[in-house]
Amino acid sequence: MSIAETHRRQSTLDHIVYVLRDNPVTLVAFAMFAVLILAAVFGPSLVPYDPLASDATKALQPPSAAHWFGTDNLGRDVFSRVVVATRLDLLISVAAVALSFLVGSALGAAAGYWGGWLDAGLSRILDTIMAFPLFVLAMGIVAALGNTIENIIYATAIINLPFYARLVRAEVNIRRESGFVLAAKISGNSNLRVLALHIFPNALPPMMVQVSLNLGWAILNAAGLSFIGLGVRPPTAEWGIMVAEGANFIVSGEWWLALFPGAALMLAVFTFNLLGDGLRDIVDPRRRT
Amino acid sequence: MTRARPILMRIAQVIPVVVGVVIISFILTRALPGDPAAYFAGDAADEASIAEVRAKLGLDEPLPIQFLYYVGDLLRGDLGQSLTTGQSVAADLAQRLPASLELTLCALILSCGFAIPLGVLAATRPGSWVDHLCRVLVTAGVSMPTFFTGVVLVYVFYYLAGIAPSPLGRLDFIYLEPERVTGFFLIDSLLAGDFETFFAACRQLILPALTLALFTLAPIARMTRAAMLQSLSSDFIRTARAAGLRRRKVLFGYAFRNAMLPVVTTLGMVFSFTLGANVLVEKVFAWPGIGSYAVEALVASDYAAVQGFVLAMALLFVVLNLVIDLTYTAIDPRIGFGSR
Amino acid sequence: MLSIKDLAVSFRTRRGTVDAVKGISLEVASGETLGIVGESGSGKSVTSYALMRILDAGGTIKAGEVTYGGVDLRRASEREMGDIRGREISMIFQNPRAALNPIRKVGHQIADVLRRHSRATAGDAKAKVVEAMEAVMIRDAEARYHAYPFELSGGMCQRIVCAIALACDPRLLIADEPTTGLDITTQKAVMDLVTSLIRARNMSAIVITHDLGLAAQYCDRIAVMKDGQIVETGRSVDVFTAPTHDYTRRLVDATPREGASIRSLLPAEARTPEPPHKRSTRPLLEVRDLVKTFAGKSGPVHAVKGVSFTVNEGQTVGLVGESGCGKSTTSSMIVRLLDPTSGEIRFAGEDLAKIPLQKFARDPRRAQIQMVFQDATDSLNPRHTARASIEEPLKRLTNGNGAARRARVEELAELTGLPGHLLDRFPHQLSGGQKARVGIARAIAVNPRLLILDEPTAALDVSIQAVVLNLLADLRARLGMSYLFVSHDLHVVRLLCDHVVVMRGGEIVEQGAAADVMGAPSHDYTRSLLEAAPNPPSRKTAA
Repeated sequence: MSIAETHRRQSTLDHIVYVLRDNPVTLVAFAMFAVLILAAVFGPSLVPYDPLASDATKALQPPSAAHWFGTDNLGRDVFSRVVVATRLDLLISVAAVALSFLVGSALGAAAGYWGGWLDAGLSRILDTIMAFPLFVLAMGIVAALGNTIENIIYATAIINLPFYARLVRAEVNIRRESGFVLAAKISGNSNLRVLALHIFPNALPPMMVQVSLNLGWAILNAAGLSFIGLGVRPPTAEWGIMVAEGANFIVSGEWWLALFPGAALMLAVFTFNLLGDGLRDIVDPRRRT
Repeated sequence: MTRARPILMRIAQVIPVVVGVVIISFILTRALPGDPAAYFAGDAADEASIAEVRAKLGLDEPLPIQFLYYVGDLLRGDLGQSLTTGQSVAADLAQRLPASLELTLCALILSCGFAIPLGVLAATRPGSWVDHLCRVLVTAGVSMPTFFTGVVLVYVFYYLAGIAPSPLGRLDFIYLEPERVTGFFLIDSLLAGDFETFFAACRQLILPALTLALFTLAPIARMTRAAMLQSLSSDFIRTARAAGLRRRKVLFGYAFRNAMLPVVTTLGMVFSFTLGANVLVEKVFAWPGIGSYAVEALVASDYAAVQGFVLAMALLFVVLNLVIDLTYTAIDPRIGFGSR
Repeated sequence: MLSIKDLAVSFRTRRGTVDAVKGISLEVASGETLGIVGESGSGKSVTSYALMRILDAGGTIKAGEVTYGGVDLRRASEREMGDIRGREISMIFQNPRAALNPIRKVGHQIADVLRRHSRATAGDAKAKVVEAMEAVMIRDAEARYHAYPFELSGGMCQRIVCAIALACDPRLLIADEPTTGLDITTQKAVMDLVTSLIRARNMSAIVITHDLGLAAQYCDRIAVMKDGQIVETGRSVDVFTAPTHDYTRRLVDATPREGASIRSLLPAEARTPEPPHKRSTRPLLEVRDLVKTFAGKSGPVHAVKGVSFTVNEGQTVGLVGESGCGKSTTSSMIVRLLDPTSGEIRFAGEDLAKIPLQKFARDPRRAQIQMVFQDATDSLNPRHTARASIEEPLKRLTNGNGAARRARVEELAELTGLPGHLLDRFPHQLSGGQKARVGIARAIAVNPRLLILDEPTAALDVSIQAVVLNLLADLRARLGMSYLFVSHDLHVVRLLCDHVVVMRGGEIVEQGAAADVMGAPSHDYTRSLLEAAPNPPSRKTAA
């Protein structure tokens, strides 16, 4: 048993290595993702300056050897702030996406498998959520629930929920009557087991693409909310706020305040988007040769 | 006659959605933890004014009754009073809506006009430079935060190149607003025959519209390319080619029309993103639309205005979706025959 | 008229270039019908796309010459080709519904061709289209002009495709698997129509098919293709009665036909005597007045309207009918995937219909009724290895430990002829025949008494079908199972079944001993089914 188990783990590892080698874009995406994770974990202890320490004598300095990304209007080091912000931005997006992934796939899978009033009810709710422009709904939710980071996470999770629920519902629905599902039933599996062990894992590859896209959206969404003054509040270091604050100086030519956090945000979203295909290939055994 | 039924059915489907929107909007305004009366009275309110607001809103009644009051207010077009402007929220929104619509529609026309031909070209010449350009634009496009694109465009075209006007509103202060007919400056100035104002409005509009367009470009181009590829590899294209039909006919008469179906469906999602991104772009360019109105209201904790804005946006989006679906019904004969 | 010399076609794929056609030469004389026969992947369709120059992206003609009426088709400009396609050479395709533009009225699609080749103007297009539709025996053509493909039946769609192909009076018609995806009776109608039109207009034709029987019946000459090469060409009768190439001989042998025995489908060297299977008169399964009604959008749909039949222990019963006759619904109810609306399913004396579906998963009799599915690919979980798929019922329905289960899986692999080293492969790494073996191994893993076979060979090439059918015959003799064999192919049913039940429109029209029903059908419908099935001339040397 243990030999077979080791064998399986070994072949999974081989498969991951194979996927990374096969597609250089995936390799780059995973490398960039690793950098983001490192920045999120170790960033705060590595940065050269305290991200919150202001120094009026050094305000609005352009990038230099001492301050790689320059300083902002309060003399804070932009590089330190950009790096430190990684943790918060990743935390918000990952938490939101995890939440909507779990709730959305459970609801979607149940609706897709059993159909009936459950399906009809869920579809109504999802339609109603989707009837709002999603960013606007997030604004409304945060405004109503209160201006906190948790509420940003909830709002982002709610607006992402329909994507997962619908995707899983569709994926489950097309497989509900497929041969291998019927075969699993005839092999004595209960409905729940068929759904959880036979149908749901097959929906994972397209879900992975959705997850990576949504991580990107979630970050954009959270940054957008703080850009208009919701959620994270100054002086906390967060990319959206930093772009918002920097935008005031762009018309007078101090470009570094907005550019670096904006570029960091872009890079993060870009990484997540590239990650999708690689993640899908990893969870899809059909890619194995 | 057979077409009328599915269209009526689709229009009827709007009703439950609107009901759902109103319920969510009600939950967001009234049924949340905390004291809504304190919300609506604003941060500066004292005990007495809060009590007054509570009585006025009927907040001492049970929730179902409150909901009825709420629906009654909505039916009368009453979205409450804005604390910041002192006017009714409905009047404020109506006043500012044309600015937002003008910006959004220009952006969509711009991006569709570029993205759809790009997607078609990329699909018909896989592996060519157009295809690569399409792929780069699509990947970069979805990664660009709108507000950041806006800031970069302002820096490049206003500060560095100096060819764009300052990013402050719909019209430079030296021009007078055209007489209000539609509220769309571009149309109103043309109606008034004032070309100078028309070009001034164009100059103000171009950067924010471009920002929004860049954002919506990616999903439309991606979907067009994918749908066109799918359509071109269908069996019926082979039939058409085997019958000797000309390339133009095969490409546009057969492949493109079928490819438009999923693209039109995607437009719904694109509208959703655009209306959200609109808020951010309006803030960057100080565009006096309903988005920046909502942002100002948020800063001032003017909740009636924010919730009025959310509801208005949702209703606008419902209408847009209806238009999209009706377009779809017009293109696809299969709708309404139970095949979907 | 048409001459192909050393034609070679290759495709660029992600894994390098693939040679689909490797230098073939063909001639089609004026007024002649040539059949190109081969199993999937033999390059027969690619050949026709290449000569029409409508290869999919990535495909190129590497070498060879194609001349049609003196014109070099390989060197003709795209403009000249456009004039030739549809007017000189035209094609009809498999899967007719997909071959038509789904959002354009069929009349307009025919008009497009007529106008392209200047056979009609805007003014007289409609009249000419109606004429072209009437030429392919479409009744009420005027009304059908405005129909969309989704509003028409499969057979009607194929007639429209024919109308498009024949509208401009081409000299050569290429029919690419024209009957695939159609019911047997519709197949016959379409083929009869096409051949009568070819004859009436004195056209040449190329019929591309995987079905030797069909080719033999409708073609003057046959070319047999394998792996991109032509292995044999000759007059239809000669190819059948005296095949010279080894591959052709195996293909001819494997084609089910009247008078063949199940072992005669196999290559001569593999023919061992067929083991007899024990049949008793004790009933195992008794179906009584089984009814299934679905709630449809426009009123209830009566899928099964009260059917009754019996499967005795050790007996193989064939359930035959065209698509939509209710045979699949019936088998789903028997295997307890679907609750009947009313009626009894008595299994070994007890009525299973009374046990709700949810409870039946835990019932000890779950293991006794198992099923082999139609599409082997679809019936295997893409994320499970062959071993995991076969082990699944053992895990759920038996109490054995891991070691016992593994031993049993190995034993089953041997029993079904699946090489042991393939057990750790995923379905996409297995061939069609191997997947079919996995499906059978899984179904017999828990020693069922009744095995339901739902068109188990419908998606397989004939040579693999022959092997699988023989495997099934061996297994029933060895394990004493009863089979309920669901199929639309009467020749296959004849080979395997003791008793036959013919269904149409949710009702049984005829049932009886296989030899009686096949030999002397009493119902008109059975007779028309038998007539519609293509029947190749039998090989003189065959046993």
